Amino acid sequence: MSANREPCLDIRGLSAVLANGQRVLRSVSLAVQPGEVRALVGESGAGKTMIGKAVLGVLPKSVRIVEGEMLIEGEDLGRLDPKARRTLIGARTALIPQDPLTALNPSRRIGPQMTDRLVRILGWNTERADKRIRQLLDEVQIRDPERVLKSYPHELSGGMRQRVLIAAAFAAEPRLIVADEPTTALDVTVQKQILRLIAQLQRDHGTAILFVTHDLGVVAKISQKVSVLYAGKVVEEADTEALFAAPQHPYTRALMTATPRYTDPYASLKPVDESVLAGLTAEIAAADQAWRPGHG
Amino acid sequence: MDEASVARGGLAPRLWLAGGWLLLALVAAIFAPLIAPQDPLAQDLMLERLPPFWLDGAEPGYWLGTDSLGRDLLSRLIFGGRIAFIVAFAAATSACLLGSALGLIAGYFGGWPDRIISRIVDVWMAFPPVLFAILLVAVLGTGLSSVILAIAIIDWTRFCRVIRAEAMSQARMDYVESARIAGYGRMGIMLREVLPNVLPSVVALLSLEMGIAVIVEAILSFVNLSISTDDPTWGSIIAEGRLSIHQAWWVLVFPLITLILTVLSFSQFGEALKARFDPVLR
Repeated sequence: MSANREPCLDIRGLSAVLANGQRVLRSVSLAVQPGEVRALVGESGAGKTMIGKAVLGVLPKSVRIVEGEMLIEGEDLGRLDPKARRTLIGARTALIPQDPLTALNPSRRIGPQMTDRLVRILGWNTERADKRIRQLLDEVQIRDPERVLKSYPHELSGGMRQRVLIAAAFAAEPRLIVADEPTTALDVTVQKQILRLIAQLQRDHGTAILFVTHDLGVVAKISQKVSVLYAGKVVEEADTEALFAAPQHPYTRALMTATPRYTDPYASLKPVDESVLAGLTAEIAAADQAWRPGHG
Repeated sequence: MDEASVARGGLAPRLWLAGGWLLLALVAAIFAPLIAPQDPLAQDLMLERLPPFWLDGAEPGYWLGTDSLGRDLLSRLIFGGRIAFIVAFAAATSACLLGSALGLIAGYFGGWPDRIISRIVDVWMAFPPVLFAILLVAVLGTGLSSVILAIAIIDWTRFCRVIRAEAMSQARMDYVESARIAGYGRMGIMLREVLPNVLPSVVALLSLEMGIAVIVEAILSFVNLSISTDDPTWGSIIAEGRLSIHQAWWVLVFPLITLILTVLSFSQFGEALKARFDPVLR
């Protein structure tokens, strides 16, 4: 990856507030280069999913972006009118969602549901879309595509549904995929397979992925870069290898000690160190005091 | 497919019994002039208060007996079914279209459309329905179309409330968000993604509402506010039967049974249809 290429996703100083004025994102900056997997890791409530939703333009109404920019392949989403923004997001991005059950429409068969987007949004003809979907189902190792295409979502297992969603996400060849905890709702045994599949397809298609997760084990397996998020603030950013070898920020270090290890399964679980959190919280509160939207 | 049909087996008797009765009543109503053994309006004081066929004193050709004016009860029930079904279909469908459309919009879009529609529903439901119906018909004038209109105007809220709640829970589902990300417009998502998921409820409610429409029409007939008094309706027959309950109980009992069976069938048929329509329950 040459350094002079435009990042696939570039978020610069993004801040967002709730209706009551509480900050949920604090000047978040992160970039995903073409073909790169960037993990966005943090505990629940840290705002990782919020960032994903912001990029995809589906923030809840209660959350308002007050400053910062988001660029997809150099195009500033904030400068586009809503319709053009939708078109750009629809054409260049895709989502692998967390819950494979609710992410599929329960009353429509898988086949039409998958081809619909290619046909109606991207204007492909039905034959091409159908062929494409079958090819993708093959790539996610679904052996009996006929049955799956004719099934309703509830007739498939969780793992199967997630495969279908992965296939659907890659089908339109997006440049960027936001994977929002795609393995969290699955059985541990299935998690591994799904993770491997995502990694495989990512390599084959050269798609950039913003991989949202709370699981450091997943981070180590799939990503090249990591951003560690705490309370809507990026506290550390590094190459994955470097991060695991030598975490710089105290919070990252605390997070790593808190992760249970297979090598020592009987060790008691360690919560993240209170003093680290207290320090961070104080730091953030101080920053919020001084913060005015638009003045960084 | 085998598993699915086994799972459906439990529902089948309900579906067939209810559907069977409705079909029978509907066919009888449509072909009333051919099926009815007597002219429903023909009076014959020589034949007044004949009992049903299994009792002493019954006349052949008057299966369920006659009323105090000597009119054949079975024929009157069959002809009364015509009005009952017309009202059921027309009123329930109108209420359904209006209520479901508003409910879908309120539930899916939320925000100010929801606030406006929900307030209207609240106010609407504060009126006692039967009183409201009587008032409406009194204002609109009696007649078939007034009755249909009155029922639709009163009962759309039933659809609106249920469909709003369903659309709301569907709108929160991730598949709606995914469709948004893919670039579908809001209208398209509402009609193509959300509507099919609330349709089973719409169907069940529609059938239930048909039963309710039959009841409301009967109530209006009972208080003499429905169709012109010449045409037999179930409600008007019940009203007449009430007066002669001690001399001829059958004039009250048979239309009541007919009414109850029909209303019950509509609601059961709706539930069974919902179970069939819904891919998740199927």
